[in-house]
Amino acid sequence: MKSDENPILRITALNKFYSGGFQALKDINLQIERGEILALLGPNGAGKTTLISVVCGIVNPSSGSVSVDGFDIIKDFRKTRSIIGLVPQELTTDSFETVFNTVSFSRGLFGKPPSPSHIEKVLRSLSLWDKKDNMIMTLSGGMKRRVLIAKALSHEPTVLFLDEPTAGVDVSLRKDMWQIVRELKEEGVTIILTTHYIEEAEEIADRVGVINNGEIILIEEKDKLMEKLGKKQLILDLRDSLASVPDSMADYNLELSEDGMQLTYTFNTQRDRTGITALIDDLKLADIAFRDLNTTQSSLEDIFVNLVEESS
Amino acid sequence: MNIYGIMAIYKFEMARTRRTLVQSIVAPVITTSLYFIVFGAAIGSRIDQVDGISYGAFIVPGLIMLNLLTNSISNASFGIYFPKFVGTVYEMLSAPVSTLEVILGYVGAAASKAVILGIIILITAGFFIDLQIAHPVMMMVFILLTALSFSLFGFILGIWADNFEKLSVVPTLLVTPLVFLGGSFYSTDMLPEPWQTVSHFNPVLYLVSGLRWSFYEISEVSVMLSLASILIFMFSCLAVVYYLFKTGYKLRS
Ligand SMILES: Nc1ncnc2c1ncn2[C@@H]1O[C@H](COP(=O)(O)OP(=O)(O)OP(=O)(O)O)[C@@H](O)[C@H]1O
Ligand SMILES: [Mg+2]
Repeated sequence: MKSDENPILRITALNKFYSGGFQALKDINLQIERGEILALLGPNGAGKTTLISVVCGIVNPSSGSVSVDGFDIIKDFRKTRSIIGLVPQELTTDSFETVFNTVSFSRGLFGKPPSPSHIEKVLRSLSLWDKKDNMIMTLSGGMKRRVLIAKALSHEPTVLFLDEPTAGVDVSLRKDMWQIVRELKEEGVTIILTTHYIEEAEEIADRVGVINNGEIILIEEKDKLMEKLGKKQLILDLRDSLASVPDSMADYNLELSEDGMQLTYTFNTQRDRTGITALIDDLKLADIAFRDLNTTQSSLEDIFVNLVEESS
Repeated sequence: MNIYGIMAIYKFEMARTRRTLVQSIVAPVITTSLYFIVFGAAIGSRIDQVDGISYGAFIVPGLIMLNLLTNSISNASFGIYFPKFVGTVYEMLSAPVSTLEVILGYVGAAASKAVILGIIILITAGFFIDLQIAHPVMMMVFILLTALSFSLFGFILGIWADNFEKLSVVPTLLVTPLVFLGGSFYSTDMLPEPWQTVSHFNPVLYLVSGLRWSFYEISEVSVMLSLASILIFMFSCLAVVYYLFKTGYKLRS
């Protein structure tokens, strides 16, 4: 992604110490481009919610600066907060309000004049319209989460934070959520979501960030990550030790182990032709016999787990 | 100024009262009626006039004060405490509303409710006694200022409290005794010394005295002193509230 002159979100040298001295964010630098979907992954307590809370104005930063659409989140808090929508991690809703009223309340709180037609549109898109007059406490957990999304969308934000939108949500609702996120992206909304599900990041994100112990340890476009992910290795255990790879097989970029007993071939599963058949044919021609073979693949999960372990 | 934001908070708070109509309106009316039956009719008939007016009439300003104070405090403190308790306060913290706007919404609603209640009590009293109000405008000024100041006070209490006990301990252990000892239901010159002097350290005395003056032109302290004390209390609360929000005290970590 090109480094745009004017990113929608720019976080510079951000630190957060909670009272008591615990440092939850360590020198975070991050830019988010307009219209992208960024997935933040990280173990429990990594600092994902803290990061989101600082941008939204719920937690005070200790140092550093954050700007949204070019406006500072503290000096110009009205501008930044009115274009941000937040769906919190916890299911915190009023109990006795009706769905329609609580969503209308949010719109007003964010400084927008009443617009029953917009509220209707949001509620319909979240399949909540037939529940509009129900008290929130009579809804199921999944519906409550959708109410929280409706509240966050009530004031037509251009930046949306979803803090673990699919935690405790069934498969079909998860698919619905992904669909909603894609539609919002189409409307030009920038979306930052946190998740513990790697397949969720694979499914909808443009970029993936990994955060651990308050530090961003990786941030990369998903496609590049998937390319790494797409790489597979074929490992051949040879019957007889080999001194060197024959010249006739130089094109395969084979790696020979030190004892000469193992050949490793790296190939890309994304390609139409992996070259495995040709390799095996050529091995036969070169009279190299093997006892066993197996393939390995590094998944995003592996990349993620390794990264987190390395940085801990 | 985020007018829609203020309106949203105000309407939300007023709606909360509508849902608890029995608790917020019917209950005080019944309690007030009981006061009139017990103190006004039953006991009052055996009490001589106080400062030249019947006992039933004498206690009206005190009853209004009692309700204004306890209601302003409980409305405002609960209004801000509850979102903190259930976690919905995240939305207010992430919304483009300033300190002033939040206060206008919560305190405005709490004070409105208290004033409405004060008027309902006044009307209830009218069924039991022959009401005369010498200075209706001053009466409204006292009612409004009291409702506003104690709503501010309740708001502070709600922000400070981190459990339900703290929320209820101040009203029951501080405010209610002060109201009862502040000459709401008697004239302090009926008390022996040193209690008469001690009473003058009770801030509620000044409120009741001021309100009673606007009804019957009788007072224990000068009206100006009453007015000054309520204003001082209000500005002290404003200063505290301003400080709380500037520092994000107990709301933003
Ligand atoms: N109000 C607070 N006071 C003190 N420490 C806090 C506070 N809130 C969070 N923390 C600490 O900061 C760290 C980061 O917490 P945070 O909620 O940001 O993690 P997270 O990445 O969102 O985790 P999860 O995946 O469990 O939601 C944790 O160690 C947590 O204990
Ligand atoms: Mg979290």
